[in-house]
Amino acid sequence: MAISSIPLAETGKSDRRAPRSVGAGGLGGAAAARPKQPAAQDPAVVRWGLTVLALGLLGLFIVLPLAAVFVQAFSKGVAVYLAAVREPDTLSAIKLSLLAAGIAVPLNLVFGVAAAWAVTKFRFRGRNVLVSLIDIPFAVSPVVAGLIYVLVFGAQGWLGDWLSAHDIRIVFAVPGIVLATIFVTFPFVARELIPLMESQGTEEEEAALVLGASGWQMFYKITLPNIKWGLLYGVVLCTARALGEFGAVSVVSGHIRGETNTLPLHVEILYNDYNYAGAFAVASLLSVVAVVTLALKKFLEWKTGQESK
Amino acid sequence: MLTPFKRPSVLPGFWPAFSYTALYLTVIVLIPLSAVFLKAVSSSWEHLWKAISAPNVVASYRLSFGASLVAGLISVVVGFLVAWVLVRYEFPGKALADALVDLPFALPTAVAGIALTSLYTENGWVGRYLTPLGIKVAFTPLGVVVALTFIGLPFVVRSVQPVLADADRELEEAAASLGATRRQIFWRVILPIVRPALFTGFALALARALGEYGSVIFISGNLPMKTEITPLLIVSKLEQYDYAGATAIAAVMLIASFALLLGVNALQRRTRRFMETE
Repeated sequence: MAISSIPLAETGKSDRRAPRSVGAGGLGGAAAARPKQPAAQDPAVVRWGLTVLALGLLGLFIVLPLAAVFVQAFSKGVAVYLAAVREPDTLSAIKLSLLAAGIAVPLNLVFGVAAAWAVTKFRFRGRNVLVSLIDIPFAVSPVVAGLIYVLVFGAQGWLGDWLSAHDIRIVFAVPGIVLATIFVTFPFVARELIPLMESQGTEEEEAALVLGASGWQMFYKITLPNIKWGLLYGVVLCTARALGEFGAVSVVSGHIRGETNTLPLHVEILYNDYNYAGAFAVASLLSVVAVVTLALKKFLEWKTGQESK
Repeated sequence: MLTPFKRPSVLPGFWPAFSYTALYLTVIVLIPLSAVFLKAVSSSWEHLWKAISAPNVVASYRLSFGASLVAGLISVVVGFLVAWVLVRYEFPGKALADALVDLPFALPTAVAGIALTSLYTENGWVGRYLTPLGIKVAFTPLGVVVALTFIGLPFVVRSVQPVLADADRELEEAAASLGATRRQIFWRVILPIVRPALFTGFALALARALGEYGSVIFISGNLPMKTEITPLLIVSKLEQYDYAGATAIAAVMLIASFALLLGVNALQRRTRRFMETE
C-alpha cells in the first residue's frame, strides 16, 4: 500500500515546543516554584531514556539493515565489488530498470496531473469513487499485480492466442515488465497532487482566466508553479519504486539473464547463486537510490516549508 | 429531479482530463484486475474451494495473517515511541532520524530482504547474539515478523506524527494543573487523541504486510507448511503453470485487502468528521 499516503505538507512539524509557563504557573504556589518547566513537560530522565530507546530501535530496525548492505557489498574487497557492478548482466539489468522507470514515470506523471486536475478542480458525481479507485494499486499485493498481466497477456490468457498468432510477446518479456512497473507506481503522483491541489482551491486559476489567459497559459503560469514541489516529490517516489519493484516484476519477467532481469531481480539471482558479495554489491546501487530519495524528500519538504512562509 | 453529472465551472479541461483519467485507469488497473475474478469464477466451485483450502494454503493464511498482525502491533508500539520522541523532544541528529524513518518505503524490498537475512542468520550481526539464547529468527516465522515490522514501522510513525504535532499541549497542562498524574495524562489525554491515527497506521501496515513478498521470502526460508507466506504460494503455483490455483488464492487476497482498505477509509472519514466537529 501507500508509500506516499502521507502528504508532504503534513509531515512538517508545527512549532509548539516553546515552553508555556502560563497554564500551570498562573495557579501560584507550588507551580510558581518551577516557572521554566511547564507542568506537562517530561523530566530529563524520561526524555533522554525514551530518546535513547527510540533511536536504539530505529538503529536496530532500520539503520542496521542499510549498513549491512554496504558492509557485505565490500566484504570481499573493492575489486570484487567493481567486478560485480561492471558485469554485463548487471549492466543490462541497470539498462532494463532505467527503461522501465523511464516509461512508467512519465506516463504516471501525465496521468497524475490529469487525474488531480479533474478530481480537485471540479465537482462531479462519483468523484470520491474515482479517488478511491486510483488508490487500488497500493492495496494489491505486488505478486497479484504481476499475476493480472499474466492472466491477460500470458499464453493461456485472454489475448494469448491472438498475441502468439502475431508473434508478440508481452509476458516474460520487456513489455510485461514495463506494464507491471506502471501498475505498481500508478498512484504515486496523483496521491501527492490531490491533497495539495485540493487545498489550493480554484480562485487563482479563475482569476487568470478572467484576466484573459488561455487554458494552457493558466496551467503553465498558475497551476504548475503552485504544484511543482509536490509534483517533483511524487516523481521522486514514483522513480524510486519503479527502480526497486520486485514482486510484480518477478512474476512477469521469466528471469532471463541479460534480457528480462531488472536490478532487484538480478540481486535475487546472484543471492540464490550464493554469490553474496555480488548480490550485495548490486543491492548497494539500489540502496544509494533509496538514500538519495530520502535526501530529496527532506529537501523538498524544506523547500515547501520555505515557500509557505 | 436528475442532478447534473458535473457542477458548472469556468475552468477548462474537465472532459479531456476526466476522460484520460478514466481510460488510463480502466486499461491499466480495472480490466487486468477484473481478470482475476473472471478467471476465478470460470473454474468450478469445487476446484476453486480445493485450491483455496488446501492444507499448505491454509497454513500460509495463518502465517501471513498472524505474522502481519504481530508485526503490526510491534509497529504500533515502536512507531508511537519514535513519533513521540521526534515530535516532543529535541536532540542532536533529529532531522537525520526523521529522514531515516522513511527508509523502508524507499529501499527496494529485495534489498531489505537479503539485508535482514544476513543480519539474523546464526552468525549475522544480530543473530550471533540471539543464537546462544536459543532464539532463531532467520528461516522461522519470527523472521517473517521481523521483515514485516521493518515494512510496517513507517506507516505508524507517519500516521501518528502529524496528529501528535497538532495536539493541543494546553490540554495536558490543564490536566496536570488539575492534579492528574503523568500516567493519567498519558492514558486519558494523549492516547485518546492519537488513537485513531494509531489505528490507521496499524491498518495500513497490516494491509501492506499481508501482500508483502520481496522482503519476506529471503528471511523466511520458504519451508513448506512452516514458513510459506500466501503471496509465495501464488508464485509457486504460477511456476507450476497452475493458473487457476494461483488465481483463486489471489482472489482471496484481493478480497481481504479491499475489505481492509474500505475499513481504513471509513475510519479516516470518521476521524475527519470527529476532528471537524471538535
